[in-house]
Amino acid sequence: MAFLSQSQSDDDPYTFTCSLDNVRNLSNILKAIHFKDHAACFATTNGLKVTVENAKCLQANAFIQAGIFQEFNIQEESVIFRINLTVLLDCLTIFGASAVPATPTALKMCYRGYGHPLTLFLEEGGVVTVCKIHTQEPEETLDFDFCSTNVVNKIILQSEGLKEAFSELDMTSEFLQITMSPAKPYFRLSTFGNAGSAHLDYPKDSDLIEAFHCTETQTNRYKISLLKPSTKALALSCKVSIRTDNRGFLSLQYMVRNEDGQICFVEYYCCPDEEVQDAES
Amino acid sequence: MRFRCKIVDVSCLNHFTRVVNTITKLTKSCTLRLTPANLYFILTDKVANGGVSMWCELCQANFFDEYQMEGVSVEQNEIYLEMVPENISRALKTAQNAKFVKIKLTNKHCPCLTMAVELPSLSSTSRIVTHDIPVTVIPRRLWNDFKEPTVPDFDVSIYLPAIKTMKSVVERMKNLSNFIVIEANRNGEIILKIETDLVSVSTHFKDLGNPHLISIDASQNSIQERDPDFMSEARVDIRKLLQFLAGQQVNPNKSICNIVHKRMVHFILLHDDVSLQYFIPALA
Repeated sequence: MAFLSQSQSDDDPYTFTCSLDNVRNLSNILKAIHFKDHAACFATTNGLKVTVENAKCLQANAFIQAGIFQEFNIQEESVIFRINLTVLLDCLTIFGASAVPATPTALKMCYRGYGHPLTLFLEEGGVVTVCKIHTQEPEETLDFDFCSTNVVNKIILQSEGLKEAFSELDMTSEFLQITMSPAKPYFRLSTFGNAGSAHLDYPKDSDLIEAFHCTETQTNRYKISLLKPSTKALALSCKVSIRTDNRGFLSLQYMVRNEDGQICFVEYYCCPDEEVQDAES
Repeated sequence: MRFRCKIVDVSCLNHFTRVVNTITKLTKSCTLRLTPANLYFILTDKVANGGVSMWCELCQANFFDEYQMEGVSVEQNEIYLEMVPENISRALKTAQNAKFVKIKLTNKHCPCLTMAVELPSLSSTSRIVTHDIPVTVIPRRLWNDFKEPTVPDFDVSIYLPAIKTMKSVVERMKNLSNFIVIEANRNGEIILKIETDLVSVSTHFKDLGNPHLISIDASQNSIQERDPDFMSEARVDIRKLLQFLAGQQVNPNKSICNIVHKRMVHFILLHDDVSLQYFIPALA
C-alpha cells in the first residue's frame, strides 16, 4: 500500500500494522467494552487484545484474532500501548456507524512504537481519513488469575435468554446476586431494589441452556453498576458462557459473530462483593 | 400593505415545508422578505449568532397557486417581516395532507401571518385549522440591513462532496474538537481537519470539480493565475458547520463551497427553484 511504503522511509519502521476490509469488524467489538475512556491495547502474533478496567474490580477484554484482519504484521513479540478508546471509536466510525453502510469502510492501522501516535487510515468510496491518536504510557492491568482448573460452575447459554434479563435489571438494586447450583434453582438471578426483590430462574433443561456444568451451590453478589456495561457485549453476542471459580470470581465470555460470519470473543471478569461474603461466613 | 397566497399542490406544499424546516434548523428567528416575484428568508450577520448569515431565495411562482401582494408603496413594493420560522414549521406539520394552505398577513392583536389549513373531511362540512403566527413588521428605514450579501472575492470555489458523508465526518469531528479547518484548492480537493492534544484527524475528498466561473469583474482574474494546488483555508466553529450540514433538507442538485482564505466560508445549495446561501466567518 502506498501509505506503508511512504512511511517506511521515515526514521522508524512500523512495529505493528494491520488492515481490515470492514472497519465495523473492529469498531463493533470495541463498543462492547466501551464503558471507560481509556483502554490498554496488546498486540501479539495471535491478534489484538483490548482491555478496559473499572474500579479495580471489573475487567473487560475484547479479542480480535489475527485471522480477522486481512493483514496483520507485528515486528516484536508484543506491542503494548494505552489509548483513549472514546477517541479511537470516534475515528473508526468517522464515516458513520449505521448498520447498513452502502460501502464498507476499509482500515489500515499503524503503530511505530513507544512514544508514537497510533495512525489510522480509513477509506470509503475514495474518501480518505487520516487520524493520529496520541498513545499513552501503558499501565499495568489487573490479573484476575481466573484459571479454568478452579472453575466450580459453568453454564453456556444462548444470549437471547439473558438479553432481556440484563436490559431490564433493577438498577435501584445495588447488587446482582447469581446463584448457580447442581440442584434447584440451578441458575438464578436476583436483585433487591426499592420496589422489592426479583428472582429469575432458568430451568436446567431449558432450550436456551447449551451446557450445564455445576458442581456445587454458589451464591455471589456482584455490583450491578459494574456488570451493567456488559449488556453492550451481551447485545452483540450469540452465546455466553458464565463461569465462577472457587473464590466466587465471575467470568462472562461472549461469543460475537461479526458481519463476515467470523467469531470473536469479549470477556468480562468481575470480583464478588466481599463484605457480604464476610458477613455470611 | 397586503399579502395573501395559497398552495394547493401537494408536492409544492411538501417542498415548501422542507425549505421552511431547513430554515428552522439554521436559525431561531429570521426575516421574511416578500416581493412580487420572490420570497426570501434572511439572517444577517449578528455577532449574537456567531456572525453566521443566511440568504434563502424562493421563486413564488414555483410554490404558490395564488400569490397577491401589495407592498408599502408602489415604488417600494416589498414587505419585510421578522418571525420565528419554527412557528411556520409547526403549522405546516398539521398541513401534511391538506387540501390547501392559505397564508395571509393579518392584523389581529398584533400583526400575524395567518395560516388556514383545510384538511380532508369525510362529511360535507370542511375542517379548517387556523394558525396565527405573530410577526413584526420591519419599518422601511431598517430595510438596508437586509440587503443581499455581496458574494466576496473568494480564493476557491469547489463542488461539495455528498453532504451525507460530509455530515457524518463532521459529526465525529465535533465530538473531538470545537473547531474545524476547511481547506480546498482549485484542483477539486477538500480537506476537513481537526487537531487537539489527543488526536489529529483529516479527511480528504478528491475529484470534486471546481465550477467554471466567468469572472465578471477583473479583480477575479488574479485567482486564475494562482497555483491550482494552493490550499485556501478557513477555521470555523464546528457547530455552525454541522448545523448547516445536518439541517439542510432541500436535496440540492448542486452544492458549492467558496472559501475566502482565512476570512470566511460560503456555501450555496441550489435546487431548481430554491437557492440557499450560508456564510460562516473564519476564526483567528
